[in-house]
Parts: sequence; C-alpha cells; structure tokens
Amino acid sequence: MSDDKQVAVLGVGMHPWGKWGRNFVEYGVDAAQAALADAGLTWNDVGFVAGADTIRNGYPGFIAGATFSQALGWKGNRVASCYAACASGAHAINIARAQILAGFCDVALVVGADTTPKGFFAPVGGDRPDDPDWLRFRLLGATNPTYFALYARRRMATSGATMEDFARIKVKNAKNGLANPNARFRKAVTVDEVLASPMVANPLHLLEICATSDGAAAVVLTSTEFARRHTTEAVKVAAVSTVTPTYPETVIEMPNFATDSSAVVGAPDRPFRDAIAHAAYEEAGIGPEDLSLAEVYDLSTALELDWYENIGLCKPGEAERLLRDGDTEIGGRIPVNPSGGLASFGEAIPAQAIAQVCEVTWQLRGQAGDRQVAGAKVGVTANQGLFGHGSSVLLVR
Amino acid sequence: MSTTTPIHAIEGWFTTDGGQPALLGSRCDGCATYAFPAESFACRNPSCDSRSFTSVPLSTTGTLWSYTDACYQPPPPYIPVSDPHEPFAIAAVHLAAEGLVVLGQVTAGVSVDDLVVGQTMNLVVDTLFSDDEHDHLIWKWTPADLTEDAS
Repeated sequence: MSDDKQVAVLGVGMHPWGKWGRNFVEYGVDAAQAALADAGLTWNDVGFVAGADTIRNGYPGFIAGATFSQALGWKGNRVASCYAACASGAHAINIARAQILAGFCDVALVVGADTTPKGFFAPVGGDRPDDPDWLRFRLLGATNPTYFALYARRRMATSGATMEDFARIKVKNAKNGLANPNARFRKAVTVDEVLASPMVANPLHLLEICATSDGAAAVVLTSTEFARRHTTEAVKVAAVSTVTPTYPETVIEMPNFATDSSAVVGAPDRPFRDAIAHAAYEEAGIGPEDLSLAEVYDLSTALELDWYENIGLCKPGEAERLLRDGDTEIGGRIPVNPSGGLASFGEAIPAQAIAQVCEVTWQLRGQAGDRQVAGAKVGVTANQGLFGHGSSVLLVR
Repeated sequence: MSTTTPIHAIEGWFTTDGGQPALLGSRCDGCATYAFPAESFACRNPSCDSRSFTSVPLSTTGTLWSYTDACYQPPPPYIPVSDPHEPFAIAAVHLAAEGLVVLGQVTAGVSVDDLVVGQTMNLVVDTLFSDDEHDHLIWKWTPADLTEDAS
C-alpha cells in the first residue's frame, strides 16, 4: 500500500491488567503518559484524542475522549469518543487515523481503559425488555460463555477438535504470558489442570474462558512525515478494518436469539469472522502469507482455533494441525498471541484492541523481551464483539 | 395451595394456539425473507426496502447446530428456578425451510451428554419460571426421539 495511507505508531503504553478496583480514568492516564513518553512527546503535542468508551463506569465512560482529555488537562484539543463493544479500541484508532490522513492533525492520542465487575458480564442495569442483550439473560439464561461454547461444540463436530486441543491453547498462551509484565495471570498451566477446572459451559472449562479485568492501553499515532522527524524506524498502521457482517449473518451472534435467514439470500461467500481480517489485507495489499505474528481475541480457547482459519493462517478444518504441530507457538512458523492473549490478561473491553496493537508494535520493534518473535516484520490483530462488531489492524515495520 | 395461571414470558414471540406450539417469526412482504424475532419496521435484507411483514409460525422441527449448558447460575435478569442452581442445556437449532438458527433452552432432564450435533429437535412450550401468580411460559427445544417416546 502507498505510504500516503499509512500512519505511524510513535508511542505505545499500557497500565498492567488486574483487578485493581480503582477508577478507570487513572489507568487511562497512566497508559496515555506511558505512550507519550514512549513517543518522546508531551501532552501539549497532542492535537486530537480518541477515547474508547466503557459502558460500566457511568457517564465519564460514555465520553472517554473528553474524560481523558480533562484528566490530562484541558487544552482545547479536539476529541471523539466511540463504543464498538470489543472492537472499541480499534474503532478509536481508526477515527484517529482518519483525522491524521485528512490532515486535520499530526499527533493523535488513542486511549481505552476499564474497571470491571466480578463474574459473568451482565447487561447494564434496568429493565429493558426490548434490548436483546437483556432478554437473552431473562429468556434463555444465555451468558457470553454460552455463545463461546456453542462455537466450540460446533468446531468439535465439524473439524474434530477435542477438549485437549482447546486446553492446549490455554497452556500455550499462559506460557507466553509468563514473560509479559502487563499480564494479569502469570502462571503456567498444564492440559490436565485446564481440564480439571470446573466446567462453565460445556465443552469449556473455567480456565478456558477469559476473565474480566481492569486495565488500560494507549497509542500515539502521527503522520508518517511527523514520525520521520523523530525516528527512522516507526511501526506503521497499514490498515484498519471495522467491517460489519454481510446479510445474512448465518452464524449466531452474541446477543441474538437467532441468525439472519438464508432462505432468500444465500450465505455470503466470506462469513463475518473471515471478512474482518480480509478487509485489512485488501486495504494494505498484504496477505496472511506475509505475517510474522498475530494477536487474536481468545475469548475462549476454542475461539483461537477459529481465528487461525478466519485470518487465513490455514484452511478451514486445519487449525488443530497448526496447533498440534507447534506452528503458533513463539518460535513456530506463525506465533499467535505471543502477548499471552486474553487467557493471560482477561478482557478490559475498551482497552483490549489497543493492547493488541501495543503488543504487535513492541514485537515489530524487537522490544518484546522473552516473548519476542524473532525478526517480526508484519503483524495483524483481530477481534470480535457483541452486535456484529469486529476489527483488525495490520501493522508493518 | 397456590394457583398459578400460565402467561407467555414474552408476548408475540411464540404461540400455543390450538395446543400447537410454534415460534412466531415474520416473512417480509417484499422479499419473502424470514426473521425471528419477527421484524416490525425494516427488512434486514440490504436489497429490500420493504416495511411490511406477515407474522408466520416457524417450523417446529429442526437439526441441532450446536449446544452447551449453563453450569453456573446466570446473573440477573435471569430468574433462578432452583436453589442450588441445576445446570440446564441450551441448543441452537437450524430450521431448514426458514434458513434460521434459533436458540432455546433444552427441556429439563436432558443433559449435554444426551445431545449430538445434527440430531432432530422439536419445539415445545414449557415453564421458564414461576411466581405467585403465574407460570411464565417460553419455547424450549427437546430431542425428537424423546418426544416420540413420550407419545
């Protein structure tokens, strides 16, 4: 892709994931200041702030761009705030990227942070019998793991995956997370330990479903021209995909009760989860064969196997072989989730897609320490969240 | 002794008229595509701008696309039906004629060990939860071989 559609990732920063119990704004400010320091810039250099919203922290969470700007000190910069479920962070990155590419600013700060309650994610409060996210709990008792488990069981039926395969994903990601100072869970586990943990939603055990965490991530994006004045080796955003599904979406989507109908219009050639990264590849003129690593949304262990196929690392039905051959371990042909993934972090919704970009940036710079993927040049991120949201960010060195 | 009357846990999503339970979906008057729950104001087909729909009962038999269970009690607004929580199964069932996959709880007494992807499932209406005044009814899926055994 031509350089004039790229922006530079000049700085990245995170607040460690955990269950810290403090206000999300504190985490966001920490991550923002870390990213600015990493970029060699100050808050006064920032012309635009894109905040990824959190919906569980009251009004300040709905206007995250302004909330973080006020916390860092009002100075008349422009702001945007956006919510896109698990893809919120990437949507915020995309908004900031567009501002830079349009020439409205040189330096944009993107921040996402969350403080989360314990246990299953429940719908936000109040009786809302016209909201499918409320109704699915009332009428079905369907939690988020319900949907993850439906995908997992379907995968077992269609590709021969076993519970041991799923457990191996956790073992791999937990091992990677050991070397990540920002990870919440830094403990190696065995297949037997995973399978011995309580069943939550058959076939998924407790250790196979990502927890909910507090955490924050931030990136400083700049024009490539601005970046060249500061460094000769900036990582660049080559593409951002924020596509919706194409009708009919024939895979059941959280929080829906049913799929779209394929009776009149046939299922699209490229299902939604395949389309997410594909749009990024098309935009950048880069393919899965060019990748050095991938960070994908392992909301469950089983879902990581789906992603191998969705982002084009292998053909449908071949993900188990990739895993069993060790191809997706650090040192393998195409490492996946070298950060440790959601398995090691737990999910901090508005921060997570930004954290994926932080990890790929560190990897492409060669700054990932003991989890470094040797010679990494191209990395992709992918995620999916409620109500037909997904994102993919393609980064190049 | 309490006397409870049955009511639908949600209005308009299913029918029990004539003792024949069925999900109520919609068929678009413009392009004939189906939707569940019923579409009321705009067709989801991007090539169709119809805003008119006909309520139709959906197939009451389908094939099991996938399944799982709830081993832990879901958070509110789920209403617990036992203390302690008893796991219940949840099914995603493909209805061939409508090209839909529809979720539903599986009837009590059927565990994930009794289920296999691809098997035939039937729709029934059953109690979701009860309070002092009402049994709140909902649709559920049940294995066809169980339904046949019972008849």
